[in-house]
Amino acid sequence: MNPVNRILVDGEPLGFAEGQTVAAALVAAGRVAWRTTRTGGRPRGIFCGIGVCFDCLVTVDGATGRRACLVPARPGMTVTTREDGDG
Amino acid sequence: MGESVDLIVVGAGPAGMAAGATALAGGLRVALVDAGTTVGGQFWRPPPEHARTPIPDADPHQGARAHRALRRALAEGRERGRLLLHLAHPVWSVTRDGEGFAVHAVDRSRDGAERAVTLRAPRLLVATGAYDRQLPFPGWELPGVLTAGGLQALLKGGGVAAGSRVVLGGTGPFLLPVATGLAAHGVKVVAVCEAAGPLGWLRHPGPLLRNPAKLAEGVRYGAALARHRIPVHPRTAITAAEGADRVTSVTLAALAPDGSPRPGTERRIEADAVGVGWGFAPQLDLLIPLGCDLVPAPDGNAVAAVDEGQRTSVPGLYAAGEVCGVGGAPLAVAEGHLAAASVLTDIAKATGRPAAPAPAARRLAALRARVRAHRGFARAMALVHPLPPAWGSWLTDRTVVCRCEEVTAGQVLAARTEHGAHDHRQVKQLTRAGMGWCQGRICGPAVHCLAAAPGPYTPAERLIATPVTLGALADLDTDREAADR
Repeated sequence: MNPVNRILVDGEPLGFAEGQTVAAALVAAGRVAWRTTRTGGRPRGIFCGIGVCFDCLVTVDGATGRRACLVPARPGMTVTTREDGDG
Repeated sequence: MGESVDLIVVGAGPAGMAAGATALAGGLRVALVDAGTTVGGQFWRPPPEHARTPIPDADPHQGARAHRALRRALAEGRERGRLLLHLAHPVWSVTRDGEGFAVHAVDRSRDGAERAVTLRAPRLLVATGAYDRQLPFPGWELPGVLTAGGLQALLKGGGVAAGSRVVLGGTGPFLLPVATGLAAHGVKVVAVCEAAGPLGWLRHPGPLLRNPAKLAEGVRYGAALARHRIPVHPRTAITAAEGADRVTSVTLAALAPDGSPRPGTERRIEADAVGVGWGFAPQLDLLIPLGCDLVPAPDGNAVAAVDEGQRTSVPGLYAAGEVCGVGGAPLAVAEGHLAAASVLTDIAKATGRPAAPAPAARRLAALRARVRAHRGFARAMALVHPLPPAWGSWLTDRTVVCRCEEVTAGQVLAARTEHGAHDHRQVKQLTRAGMGWCQGRICGPAVHCLAAAPGPYTPAERLIATPVTLGALADLDTDREAADR
């Protein structure tokens, strides 16, 4: 893996392979959940994988409500997780 | 946006690519728009660089060759300046624009900057595909439970598996490539639970015998499943998933003919990831607000009504692929070609000029025959792989049905029995099911069943098909002023 390919997830560096989405990079690191639901406080992460379900919402470079399964990982990208259901 | 085109195609999967290629060959200027960052859609996903080899192409003959030919045709169209390819452009709305159409998209092709884009053309072809249809079950909202398509997208597009011990469940042939793909990646596929019985095709042998390519595909999957020692359990469903913060096991049950679990057959097996799919739901978000007529498909979905040339009920609006009924990539390709051929014919009629190389009558007849054969196969597929009528018996009152708003089966059923709700729209007003981020895309078909609504499932009209930022909408106003000037 190219060492330059790192994103920051909640301040921690996370490697990714060229062509992976933010969700694929998280899954590759063993994470399948990174968000908490608004009502039940339940963990959520990747579900549909193609942008339909909105379970995988994250904040990317300050933009809230982005679907991690659709956003291609890019070097230096800053991702914040653990938002509530409103993304 | 300056450059005028004769045809806008939304969706660059198999149907949209085929339509683009035929329209370009007929001399049209075409805009091809897709939310993804490459052409190919969900079916033809280029693997990432680090995973070039391990994922086998399930359909190496017709699939790969057709894909290469279409890619070549589109690349050539771009070089000649006849094709405007707008990737990473999710379309959030399509409106009538005089005699034609305005397609409102957001350009996300550049890092950090999101920009509104409006494309206009006299004719529009919608080929937006489909996504996995889901039925809820206790524990399906646990992390590690994914759609079968989600597992496939991560694997094909990202080169990663969501777990190391995977159970797949639902119904339909799509579970098989997911199983063999995961196994080829080194994942232990513990079980494939197919709700349908093993003998369904014996009652509908005609379509299978008339589609030898499908039969061969089935034989290839059978061989691959055997090679990887993947057990396939017919008439079996995943009726629950268990775990605290992540799935750790699933409960399987043998199904009675009505789809209810046979008492005493439940068994629990360990798994760290689960993939579920009950066929597919067509993506009709852009077609419904345009007033396109829908018809019931044999799989229980409402789909776009089209004539034998893929024309919808709205003049100038064409549809191809899964939005006209779920049927797979080879059908989508044939319909895409056919739709673009109709565009060429209709333009020639409207302008009184013959379409420059007019699609040969013989080729049109062959495409129509291919569409008929594949549609026949899709119909049989839907009959062999139905939603189990009694799937609701898996639920408890506390089972989450709407994932976004965390509305339970108990609430949905109370809306029906105590408040008289009899379709998913009324359930939504009473319970908020379908009101969250996904706008009922995931729970809609299930709520439709639980409300005992008659007829096919028709999605709610969504005026905004994908979330857009206010900044991008502000751009749009300036853009429109510029266009008016």
